[in-house]
Amino acid sequence: MIDYLLTEEQEMIRELCRKITDEKIRPIAAELDKTEEFPWAVMKVMADSDLFGLYIEEKYGGMGGGVFDLCLATEEFSKGCGGIAICYSASALGAYPIILFGNEEQKEKYLPLLAKGKKLAAFGLTEPAAGSDASAIQTTAKKEGDHYILNGTKHFITNGGDADIYTIVTMTDKTKGARGASVFIVEKGTPGFTFGKKEEKMGIRASSTRELIFTDCKVPKENLLGKEGQGFIVAMRTFDTSRPGIGAQALGIAQGALDAAVKYSRERKQFGKSISSFQGIQFMLADMATQIEAARALVYASAREIDQKRKDVAKNSAMAKLFASDVAMKVTTDAVQIFGGYGYMKEYPVEKYMRDAKITQIYEGTNQIQRNIIALALIKETAQN
Amino acid sequence: MQIDPKTNTLVREGVVSIINPFDVYAIEEGIRLKEKFGGKTTVISMGPPQAEAALKEAISLGCDEGILVGDRAFAGSDTLATSYTLAKAIQKIKEFDIILCGKQASDGDTAQVGPGISAHLDIPQITYVKKIEEIKDNQMIVERMTEEGYEIIKVSLPCLLTVVKEINEPRIPSLKGMMRAKKAVITNWKAIDLETEEDRLGLTGSPTQVVRIFTPPPRPKGHIFDSAPDECVDKLVNMLKDHLS
Repeated sequence: MIDYLLTEEQEMIRELCRKITDEKIRPIAAELDKTEEFPWAVMKVMADSDLFGLYIEEKYGGMGGGVFDLCLATEEFSKGCGGIAICYSASALGAYPIILFGNEEQKEKYLPLLAKGKKLAAFGLTEPAAGSDASAIQTTAKKEGDHYILNGTKHFITNGGDADIYTIVTMTDKTKGARGASVFIVEKGTPGFTFGKKEEKMGIRASSTRELIFTDCKVPKENLLGKEGQGFIVAMRTFDTSRPGIGAQALGIAQGALDAAVKYSRERKQFGKSISSFQGIQFMLADMATQIEAARALVYASAREIDQKRKDVAKNSAMAKLFASDVAMKVTTDAVQIFGGYGYMKEYPVEKYMRDAKITQIYEGTNQIQRNIIALALIKETAQN
Repeated sequence: MQIDPKTNTLVREGVVSIINPFDVYAIEEGIRLKEKFGGKTTVISMGPPQAEAALKEAISLGCDEGILVGDRAFAGSDTLATSYTLAKAIQKIKEFDIILCGKQASDGDTAQVGPGISAHLDIPQITYVKKIEEIKDNQMIVERMTEEGYEIIKVSLPCLLTVVKEINEPRIPSLKGMMRAKKAVITNWKAIDLETEEDRLGLTGSPTQVVRIFTPPPRPKGHIFDSAPDECVDKLVNMLKDHLS
């Protein structure tokens, strides 16, 4: 691997997460993939190891790092299981609206709980009729005295049902379109807030995905994040910040698949030789490794740029997510190919990497939406010059 | 693991130092006791300079302090000299309630150092402990494994326990623990720092003579009888008879 000049602390994060992956994630990954059981035991280990606080300021009980530290952890966990890794990093997605837009009271109330891993968070934007077209959301929040009344349904929400703290995008004024959206913090257990069915998924099956149902759900006005009408800015800034995390998840999945493929190619004998001695396999492995390293460079660079508080990070963070997830899909497909018939069987680990990789091209903005963001930024930059 | 054919002792040069796997359970138990009752957990190792890494790992898990008992004068120590030297180090600490050791080392497999320390310190020892049930009024109730089952023993403090892996599930270090360990300064005690008798240290203080070390021959393949049970029994009895005659 290229030397990315990690700090001593970042080297420690990597070492610690590798240990957790080897000792606590790999042994249970296949089983949870089968049972779709939420990995509470691993979440507890991550919490006790201070890892939920990586990206949260020290004054709120965190470790004071940022997106890059979160990416390093997510990458390591994803080498073992992309599903378990997303349970961890989806909590960051739910927390970012509070980190980025929360006022002092909101931060003091929620961030210490999240930093210590005592509670998990989740982010709720997607609805049955509002996916890529986020402005089409139907969930409403109507102000009544000291409260807002939420009505509507969110679906495909990662950590839905298992998280305790939710950041939910709603419409406070439908007539204003995208400028009429507002984000609220909603706690599990609030009357009128229930969960729908748990989705059965192709991959990342250790993670939970549920519907969130709001029926006259009364949320105190103190739970509004930012200002009324600022909802889409909150959502977009959140995604700009979180996307390298998906890139890191994709990166870890791809690296895990490559590691398995290299090892297998040295053990598997055909025509009297290890298949790693055949150029056809060697070229595949070489391409996989090169693509992964390029994806890593892009993910790390974009994460560091966000941590440096650079403006206009959307394009690069979209590139990181787009490229790394496309690489993950290609690399995991090739890993299955190298394993041949065995690769198609559940007894071997690579088919799971391939199933887990697919979602990274879809969620937190499909790769088509990422291309929109990149192209739009390009055109804007050119127009300004 | 390599054995020096000339001296019949373990080759330790150039070997990466890890915490003896059985000692990890002792460290975990020590940290748990501290978390439950307060106090301080000190980890002590006698070994070469590279053992400092193992002590730092123990600090990353939650131990408060690490002491490396290391000196050329200790080289070649057998279990008698090792337990004598460690006992002297513990005496230098003065105040202690419980000494925890792993049940044995993973290299020499002797299981003698823990009991040796308790003998040198003249304190009670309980080996193969799988559970600490209660600590109250300077007394402790523990469960120890035996070959037939288990024993429940009441013992007064201070005392020494050697623990088995059934006692707990060792934790993963925390990031804060790792950062603390990185900064931690490991105290190094040399022979001169301990009140020891010189001829009881190192090779001179080690009466153990390893006469010969050999690799046991691999076990020959067993015989499987796969006919009907009655026939199997007959065949087996006949074979045993043949063997005896």
